[in-house]
Amino acid sequence: MFYLSIFFQYAAQYLKTRMTYRGDLVVEIFSDLLFQAVNLIFILVVFGHTALLAGWSREEIIFIYGFFLVPYAIFSAFFNIWDFNDRYIVKGEMDRVLTRPIHSLFQIIIERMELESLFGVITGLAIMFYAGSQLGLELSWYDPFVFILMVIGGAFIYAGIFICLASISFWSDSKTDIMPMMYNIGNYGRYPVDIYNNVIRFVLTWILPFAFVGVYPAAFFLGRTEWYTYAFLTPVMGVVFLSIAYFLWNAGVKRYRGAGN
Amino acid sequence: MANLSMYGEMIRIRFLMMLAYRTNYYSGILIYSINIGAYYFLWQAIYGSQETLGGLSVMQMTTYVAIAWMARAFYFNNIDREIAQEIQEGKVAIEMIRPYHYLAVKTMQGLGEGLFRLLFFSVPGMFIIWLAFPIDFSNSLNVWALFFISIIFSFIVNTQINLITGILTFFLLYNTGLIRAKRVVIDLFSGLLLPISFYPIWAQDIMMFLPFQAISYIPSMIFTEGFTGAEVYSALGIQLFWALFLIIPIQFLWVIAKKQLIIQGG
Repeated sequence: MFYLSIFFQYAAQYLKTRMTYRGDLVVEIFSDLLFQAVNLIFILVVFGHTALLAGWSREEIIFIYGFFLVPYAIFSAFFNIWDFNDRYIVKGEMDRVLTRPIHSLFQIIIERMELESLFGVITGLAIMFYAGSQLGLELSWYDPFVFILMVIGGAFIYAGIFICLASISFWSDSKTDIMPMMYNIGNYGRYPVDIYNNVIRFVLTWILPFAFVGVYPAAFFLGRTEWYTYAFLTPVMGVVFLSIAYFLWNAGVKRYRGAGN
Repeated sequence: MANLSMYGEMIRIRFLMMLAYRTNYYSGILIYSINIGAYYFLWQAIYGSQETLGGLSVMQMTTYVAIAWMARAFYFNNIDREIAQEIQEGKVAIEMIRPYHYLAVKTMQGLGEGLFRLLFFSVPGMFIIWLAFPIDFSNSLNVWALFFISIIFSFIVNTQINLITGILTFFLLYNTGLIRAKRVVIDLFSGLLLPISFYPIWAQDIMMFLPFQAISYIPSMIFTEGFTGAEVYSALGIQLFWALFLIIPIQFLWVIAKKQLIIQGG
């Protein structure tokens, strides 16, 4: 309960600060839309040159992209820790975080949230419904529930990977450009994994399991039965990766000695 | 000439700063390789059984992807974000009274960073990728020389666009949205994600009038020999044009910005 009330207080505070610079907020939501449009344009341009991508049609790929946007929006609204190293370790801000009466990871999450990213949920749903109607997909009564489960799983996977990467900073406080690059690798989970060779497929499934935030769960809604096993693993992978991240983070915090002045 | 050595020092210091943190760059190379590898297979699937798309063969496309990302390590920098942050924290007030040109200093720091990544990231990274994937390196010295001239222009144009974005913080005060929008626009219109020749003709016509092609498309096309003969020189001409032309808005914005500077604390 305490955590929940802190969360809402931070959220209220956050909205106030964002409302101060209203112009920028509009630009930011617009730039998010632009970013989503860019990926859509990529798919459209590519399918201007080919009819099928490893047996998947344009609408199916667009559907996968629409699905991806939903967990991704939740992830980017709450787990904005890609610059954790710079912002907290190098500048010594972590010392302040550790004096707070709540879990350090939670403190950072609520400090760094970007609620406007949640707009992506709407875009994602719109894209899914558009592609779904083009494909003539039927909606069953259990689909929304499965969908929520898959989305939570996907968001957990993303969060887990990025928290793990942020935790590395506790061991080595040097700068790294890995995080921005990770966002790029995340994109590859949106394409049917059978186009990749075994190494990359393995990486995208078990090591950096971005395929669970795209093609696997979306395959369920597309009725691609051959991927059902993977699709149902999505929530499991989410819980596993977030737990790993949580333990790694705690171990890191224990080791943290402070770097600022 | 004391001036020039001062800026030289800026490059050197930023370079050494990056050097102190070099270990993590090796993991960066691995991640870059996975990225390029995934792209490679994606393009293989897109080509399917087709020989050429958008005037490039599969082999040229792979090379294009690899070189586009490796060149990006050189021209890419975050000086727009640095400028925005210094304005927000009020540090820019101190920077303005120091005996140097603030924008030139930022450019030099960006160059120091770029040179570091070129030597410790792009070169070894390119070697690893060359081992792992079928990439076609030109054996003509001429192509390499023209490519290097071209990525210098990439750096200049990209940095100029970053400076413009950064200076706009003076007017907007809070600028993360615009910085993000700029990055997206550059990824799409510069030819990093897709060679411009893949777009529908009407879109290509628009992009030809924008400075972004000078950042990624032109050097990558020179390297993959997608441009040949006179095409190369006219492409370099386009880069030169934008490198000179963009000085005008920068100078203009800078003069106004200095006049209406608001320090937000500090």
